[in-house]
Parts: sequence; C-alpha cells; structure tokens
Amino acid sequence: MSRKPYVRPVTAEWIFRHPRYVRYMVREFSCLFIGSWTLLMVWGLKQLAEGRAAWSVFLDVLKTPESVVFHVLALAFAAYHSVTWFRLAPKALPVQRGEDFVADGVISGAHFAVWAVLSAAVLLLAGAF
Amino acid sequence: MSERAIELEVLRYNPETDREPAFQRYAITCREEWVVLDALNHIKENVDPTLSYRWSCHMAVCGSCGMMINGEPKLACKAFLREYTGVIRVEPLRHFPVERDLVTVIDDFMEKLKRVRPYLMPKDVKALEAGEYRQTPAQLNRFKQYSMCINCMLCYAACPEYGLIPKYIGPAAIALAHRWNQDSRDGGRAARQPEIAATEGAWECSFVGACSEVCPEHVDPAGAIQQVKIKSTVDWYQEHLMPWLKK
Repeated sequence: MSRKPYVRPVTAEWIFRHPRYVRYMVREFSCLFIGSWTLLMVWGLKQLAEGRAAWSVFLDVLKTPESVVFHVLALAFAAYHSVTWFRLAPKALPVQRGEDFVADGVISGAHFAVWAVLSAAVLLLAGAF
Repeated sequence: MSERAIELEVLRYNPETDREPAFQRYAITCREEWVVLDALNHIKENVDPTLSYRWSCHMAVCGSCGMMINGEPKLACKAFLREYTGVIRVEPLRHFPVERDLVTVIDDFMEKLKRVRPYLMPKDVKALEAGEYRQTPAQLNRFKQYSMCINCMLCYAACPEYGLIPKYIGPAAIALAHRWNQDSRDGGRAARQPEIAATEGAWECSFVGACSEVCPEHVDPAGAIQQVKIKSTVDWYQEHLMPWLKK
C-alpha cells in the first residue's frame, strides 16, 4: 500500500471561520491607523521645527473633516488595540504569590489604571482641564 | 433513553483511489448521551467499515481523536451530539496532511516535540539512593497547567500561524518546553532556547490566542509563548547590554 498524504491548501477563508480570527485581524489592522497617526505626528514635529507658518499649516490640516474622521477612527482602533492587549496581559505576565496566582482581573485592572492615569496626565499637560 | 436521527458529513479520502478528499453523508440514529466518536464508531460498525479515524481512550486523555467538528478543532470523544443542530460536518484536523479519511500525518508535530526536549534535564543530577527531587506545592503550581497537555494537536489546527508558516514550532511544543523551563528541578532551559526562542519558535506567534481557546485540557499555550518571548527578551538585554549580570 502506497502512501499519498493529501495536503489541504490554506486560503484566506480562515479569517472568517470563527469570530476569534476576525477579532484578531481587527486588532492587527489597528496598526495601520496607529502607524499612520504616528507618521502624522512626525510630520507635525517637522512642521513645528520649521517655524510658525509651517506649524499653522499643520494645525489647519488637523481641522479638516477628513482629519477629524481619521482621528475618530484612529482613536477607536487605538482603544480597541489597547483594551484587547491589556485583557491579554495576565497571560504574558502571570504573578505568583505563594501557591496561587494573582487573579487575571487584578493584572489587567492595574494596566487599565496606569493607562487612565497616564492619559489624564497627558491631557493635563496638554491643557485639557 | 431518547434517540434521534442525525446526519454526519464526513470528509473521506482514500489515497489509493482519490485525487482529493470529498464529503460523504451518513444518516444514523443516535442516543442522547452520544459524542461524535460514538457516532463514528456506530458508522464503522454498522454502516461503513472502511471509515478510518484514530481513537483510543474515549475519555479525553489519550489525545488521539482530535478532528474538526463544524469547523472547530475538538476531541471527538468530548463533542456531544446534542450540542449540535443540523448536519454535523466532521473533517480531519486542519493544517496536517490527510493520510486517509480523518487520519492525519502527525510526523511534523512529533519531530518538533522531540526538538524542544520536553523532559526533565536535572539541574543537579543525584544518585538514585539520594532520593527523589523534592518540590513545594508552589513550585508545582508554577508549571502544573502545562503538564496537562495531551498532545492532541487541536492547538495546531486552531493556529493560523502554523497553517500559514508550517516551520513554526507551534503552541503545544513551546508550552511543553516552557513547562520544563518552569520546573524547579530542571536545568535544561539553555538547551531548549535555540529552538523555542528562535524566529520559528515563539517569535512566529502573533498572539491570536486560538490555541488556548480550543485546548480541551485548559492549558494556556498562548500564555506560555508570550512568557517565553518576555524571558528571551530579558536574556537578549542581559547578554548585550549587561553582560556582567549573566555570569
């Protein structure tokens, strides 16, 4: 009897086979928005370094409807990315105290708390309050 | 005991006659408490003796009967028929070549498992008369969940990274390497690192997390892989930036 194993092809269909794969791809997709926003900030720094006129061009661009839509989307994706990662944090950073492990909620909760404090500090420095 | 009619659609492949696999439908009467494996056994005994699949213990210990049930990697002995409606689709585990019907070729996993040295490599080799290697409950808990792995390979079938990049060592092998690395009696981490800290090791993982979701023994391979990444990163920094720390 001869062997002839059949190798089934892997197609892009796997993404839609289960909601977990869609959620994963959305998380991966979020990097496009976060990366684009980072590039926008680099351009903003460059404009700032070039002087007042260049800086006001940057500010005007930020005020366009396209920019507002982009920022809303980028914020949503960044929030999704952060929330999903913080919820996964206990897997990467388990803390053992004695025989038992610290509850997952405590570890992700600590991440969320630091996130909130740092965000508030940034907003405070930016003069939002 | 209640009985009901069900239909199973099983992916069949005969390497001697078929160019590619095709689904075959079986209509049978099942009992309330049956799992998919019972239905397959019923088909093999009463309907079609040519149907091929692996199984052994029928109690989620041996890890032999992993297959795709309605697209999800499951142990056929743990998948109750009453939890499904409509035609139940049964396929061989994804990402493995099909040997025949539901039987897959598992050589790739076996070879990878061997490469990560999933066994005790004692830190201090003791003579037999010196007694056992003792361990506290806390030391045991550090790795216990990973020792529950039954090598069923459901995690490989769930992992899109393994499907797309077959050279990836994969979830179970890394989790088992991590299990021994976490063991207070073991001193084999340096020997395992070249395999699990490599690009084809933990770094191929992009943390889909599906491996942990489908594990029938509630092992968390995704967690093990991220911990390997963190420890390997610390290793790198110690080696390159603080060599005096790594004596």
